[in-house]
Amino acid sequence: MNYAIQTHQLTRDFGSLRAVDRLTLEVPAGQIFGLLGPNGAGKTTTIRLLLGLLPPTSGQVRVLGMDPLQQGEAVRSRCGALLEHSGLYERLSAEDNLDLYARIWRMDAASRKKRIRELLEGLGLWERRKETVAEWSRGMKQKLAIARVLLHRPPLIFLDEPTAGLDVPTAAALREDLLRMTAQEGTTIFLTTHNLSEAEKLCAQVAVIRDGQLLAVGSPVELRTRAGQPRLQVFGRGLNERALTVLQSQPGVGGVKFLNDHLEIALKEPAETAALVKLLVEQGAEIEEVRKSTASLEEAFLSLLEENHVH
Amino acid sequence: MFTDILTIIYKEWKEMFFARSTARSGLLGVAVIVALLGIFMPFQNGRDWLTTPLLILIWSWLPVFLTLGMVTDSIAGERERHTLETLLASRLPEQAILFGKIGAAVFYAWGIMLVSLLLGAVTVNLAFPGSPAFYDPLVFAAVLVFSLLASVLIASIGVLVSLHSKTARQAYQKMSVVFLVVWFIPMLVAQFLPEEIKAGLSARLMTLDLNAVLTLGMLILLAADTVLVLVCLKRFQRPNLILL
Ligand SMILES: Nc1ncnc2c1ncn2[C@@H]1O[C@H](COP(=O)(O)OP(=O)(O)O)[C@@H](O)[C@H]1O
Ligand SMILES: [Mg+2]
Repeated sequence: MNYAIQTHQLTRDFGSLRAVDRLTLEVPAGQIFGLLGPNGAGKTTTIRLLLGLLPPTSGQVRVLGMDPLQQGEAVRSRCGALLEHSGLYERLSAEDNLDLYARIWRMDAASRKKRIRELLEGLGLWERRKETVAEWSRGMKQKLAIARVLLHRPPLIFLDEPTAGLDVPTAAALREDLLRMTAQEGTTIFLTTHNLSEAEKLCAQVAVIRDGQLLAVGSPVELRTRAGQPRLQVFGRGLNERALTVLQSQPGVGGVKFLNDHLEIALKEPAETAALVKLLVEQGAEIEEVRKSTASLEEAFLSLLEENHVH
Repeated sequence: MFTDILTIIYKEWKEMFFARSTARSGLLGVAVIVALLGIFMPFQNGRDWLTTPLLILIWSWLPVFLTLGMVTDSIAGERERHTLETLLASRLPEQAILFGKIGAAVFYAWGIMLVSLLLGAVTVNLAFPGSPAFYDPLVFAAVLVFSLLASVLIASIGVLVSLHSKTARQAYQKMSVVFLVVWFIPMLVAQFLPEEIKAGLSARLMTLDLNAVLTLGMLILLAADTVLVLVCLKRFQRPNLILL
């Protein structure tokens, strides 16, 4: 397997605070990899370590097969980064912002011009290229920052909470742009987020961290099935205490509880739904609707955090 | 490396001169300074403008003052506006960023001074016709060299102060304090020196060879510049720029 990023026991302290704690990760090349965790989990610090912006306290990092501290320039020339802040020069126009970075990436005048036009057109910003960035909405700025990240076609891209602070439709549009514009390039994307549905929509693999520690890695589907049991939601009338007790005694049932307007049954295994429904009916319940579902990634995530909290 | 330095200078100047909505300086501010020192003052002072001893005073503070504002804005200000970390995440070597920022500030200040000086000479010659006049060549050369060296000094102190300041304003304030100390302490000390020492000192000063004094001054400045730039190179590292 070809890995874009490998870390081994990566650790970074700030004084007595351990921001990243013995993190061992492998990010396959060409994949969108999500680092998922609540605020303060150590996501930004991890990106800084991977880009060689900060030295680790201990542990190893390889990015594109190189050491980001020893070979900083080589690593960073092949990476694009949209960090916590968009990093745009607000006093300059959109076009000048891109032009500056194209110069930094040592593109010649002709390819600068061509690439900037291609990106701005692709994002629907070409007509507004002369406007000063300060006047733009956050959504447009993030789009422009994405264009800046893609300028030199880097094989590896870091995105630190790219949709934070955007409303839902703007965030969705940005994700779409991102996917569209990196689709053919085979780019590896290392993305941090505290937004689960974002991770689920974008990422082939997700690593969940908290307090700098890795809690789990896997595809969103794997994480969900690992953490969440299948469930049954039953809507209707006459769902009383007696029904609840009867259900609880069934072998395949993990737990039963009332939630607002419905009964929530946690299943130990994908048990026979029909038998359980029949039981309820026999107890005098009038059932209107039965829904079967597995846990959302959100629940999986929360249960991971819970589990870890207890220990 | 050289290309990278030029890229940074290009960016700093673009932000400074051509950005609309720049409250601080911009082309207008530069035009005002140049008009004042290149046209108005020479016009007021007549042909004396080229020979007045005041000249050295004016030209010694101008680049210092201009460099100061620019260098603090370009490092502490860039951190404050959250653009510095993205720049550091690019391939640019730290030295290129450092020299680009120092260069942008120094040549900006020095350039404005040079243009004002030359324009002043033109103004004087046009407004007060007579035999063509110019500054004393030695004084002119000394002003150019001194102001360049002084600008580098200020710029590198500005870099070091910016490394420890959260905002451009904070850096600027710290720098102003440094200046007050450097400028006024010697004056205060001079005030309270006993008369006989003062008399002795000025007698000594009178006998000094001007060329020797200038050369010595230059060498001292050059040494200070070298040391400070080396300290800057050592301190201007990505982790130091990101963490505060
Ligand atoms: N420069 C710093 N100095 C001190 N503590 C820091 C610094 N940067 C981050 N931290 C701390 O490290 C932890 C992880 O921070 P961060 O990586 O920014 O988390 P995230 O990006 O996941 O929100 C937090 O507790 C934060 O307060
Ligand atoms: Mg963060």
